Amino acid sequence: MSNIYKSEPIRSSEITPKQVYLSRRDFMNAATVAASAALLAACAPSAADEIQNLRPVPSSTAADELGSIVNRYEDITQYNNYYEFTVDKQLVAEEAKGFRVQPWTVEVGGLVNQPKTFGMEDLLKLLPQEERIYRLRCVEAWSMVIPWQGFTLASLLKLVEPTADAKYVRFESVYRPEEMRGQNSLLYPWPYQEGLRLDEAMHDLTLLATGLYGEPNVPQNGAPIRLVVPWKYGFKSIKSIVKIELVAEEPATLWNHIAANEYGFYANVNPSVDHPRWSQATERRIGELNRRPTLMFNGYGEQVAALYENMDLSVHY
Amino acid sequence: MDFLKKFPYTPLQIAVHLYAWSGLLLLIFDATQGNLSPNPIQDLEQRTGRHALVLLVLSLSCTPIRTLFKWNEPLKRRRALGLYAFLYAALHVIIFIDLDYGLAWSRLIQEVFQKPRLVVGMAAFVLLIPLAVTSFDIWKKRLAKNWKRLHQMVYFIAPLVVLHYLWSKKGDLLSLQGEILTPLIYGTIIGIMLILRIPFIRKTFASFSR
Repeated sequence: MSNIYKSEPIRSSEITPKQVYLSRRDFMNAATVAASAALLAACAPSAADEIQNLRPVPSSTAADELGSIVNRYEDITQYNNYYEFTVDKQLVAEEAKGFRVQPWTVEVGGLVNQPKTFGMEDLLKLLPQEERIYRLRCVEAWSMVIPWQGFTLASLLKLVEPTADAKYVRFESVYRPEEMRGQNSLLYPWPYQEGLRLDEAMHDLTLLATGLYGEPNVPQNGAPIRLVVPWKYGFKSIKSIVKIELVAEEPATLWNHIAANEYGFYANVNPSVDHPRWSQATERRIGELNRRPTLMFNGYGEQVAALYENMDLSVHY
Repeated sequence: MDFLKKFPYTPLQIAVHLYAWSGLLLLIFDATQGNLSPNPIQDLEQRTGRHALVLLVLSLSCTPIRTLFKWNEPLKRRRALGLYAFLYAALHVIIFIDLDYGLAWSRLIQEVFQKPRLVVGMAAFVLLIPLAVTSFDIWKKRLAKNWKRLHQMVYFIAPLVVLHYLWSKKGDLLSLQGEILTPLIYGTIIGIMLILRIPFIRKTFASFSR
C-alpha cells in the first residue's frame, strides 16, 4: 500500500506542509480502492492504475493571515463558476477536460512602450513565482481560501512599460467555442472581458495565478493563467487570459454589460452594498455550515482601502 | 390476468408517486453519503426548489392534457402532484430558514423583506399553504364553489415561483442576457398552460382534438 503515499510527490513550498499525507476522506477512498485492488489484482489491472491516479492532497494546515484554513484541493477544483464551459458549477471540471492549454500566449499591448506577446514558458521563466493564500469571495455569497502561486500583475506590466496615457487595464479570455460549449450561448457577450484601474492593477495583492496547491492550474480554475484580485468579487478574476491591454478609458466588462445595475466595474467586496437581489452581508465558506460575516474588501481593507478614498462605494459598486 | 384487473394502481399513479418520492430519497441518500456539492446547503435548497417547481408545473399540466388529448386520468393525479409540490416547497423553506440561516430570525426577516426574490418566494409559499390544507374532499365539499376559486390561485402562484427562480440567477430577462435560460423555459411552459385555460382558446383546441 505504500505506493499510495509515493504516487506523486508534491513540490516543496512554504504553504504546504513538508509532510504530505492524505486527508481523511481521501484516505478512505484510497483504502477502499486499495482493498478492491488487492482483491481484484489478478483480473482487474485498472484498479491498480486507479491507485496511481489518486492524488495525495496535502491535508494542509496552511491558513491565510486571518487563520482560515485553506480549502480542499477537490473543492477548489470541483466547484467552479466558468460559464464558458457550463453554468453548472459541479460539471465544469468534467466539461473542461481536454481543454488545450499548450501552446499558450499572452499578448500584452495597448498603451505601452514595449508591447510583447509572451509564451507561457517565458512568463514562468521571466517572473518569480510566489505562493499567496487568498480568500475568494464569489458574488453569489460563497467563499473559499485558496493557495495560489503566480506572479504579481505589476511585475508583468513593468516589463512592457505602460505609457503615461494608460489609466486602465483590459483583460480578455480565450474564445474557443468549439472547445468551450458555453461560448455558443447567445445569452452572453463572449469573449469574457474584465478590467482594472491601473493603480488596482499595479497593487501588490493583484496576482496572475499560474497554479494552485503547488500544481499548475487545471482548466476549470482558469488554466494556464488567470487573474486573482482578492478584495473584489470572484467574477473580476478573469480566467484563461490571452490578452492584456493598457487603455485610457474604463473598459467594458462582461457582467457589467449583462446587468450594469448588479455588477459594477469596481465590484469590491462590500458587506454594506447588497446585490439588488440578495444580501452581501454574509457568506458561506465552502466546508463550513454556518454563514460568516463578509468583511469589507474581503478582509484586505488595510492594504487597499486607500485606493478608494473619497469614492462613494455605493455608487461605484 | 385476474390479478392485473384487481391491481388497484394505474401506471400513471405509480409513476407520480415513484417520481415524487425518488427525488426525496435521492436527496437523503446523497446527504448521508456526502454526495452533495461542496456547497451542500445550497445544493439542498436548489434541489428541493427545483422539485417543487417541476411538480407544480406537472399539476398545472393536467387540465391542458385533457383539453388537448382527451385524456382524463391526469386530473385524478392532480391533488397528489400539488401536495408533493407543497412538500418540496416546505422542505425548501425549512432548509432556508433552519440550515441556511440557522434560525437567525432578525436577519431572516430583514433579508426576506428587503429582497424581491425572497418576497415573491415567500409569498408563493404562504399562498400554497391554504391550497394544501384544503386539498381534501371534506374541504372541497365544505367550500363548494369557492374551492375552485381558491385553487385557481395557483395560476398566480406558479409565475411567482418562476420569478423567484429567475431572480436567484445572475442574468437579466429584459436584455435577454445571462443565466436566464431555464427560468425562461419553465416560464414559457407555464405560460402556455395558462393560455390553454382561457375559455375561448380551450374551446378551440377542444373542438380540434375531437
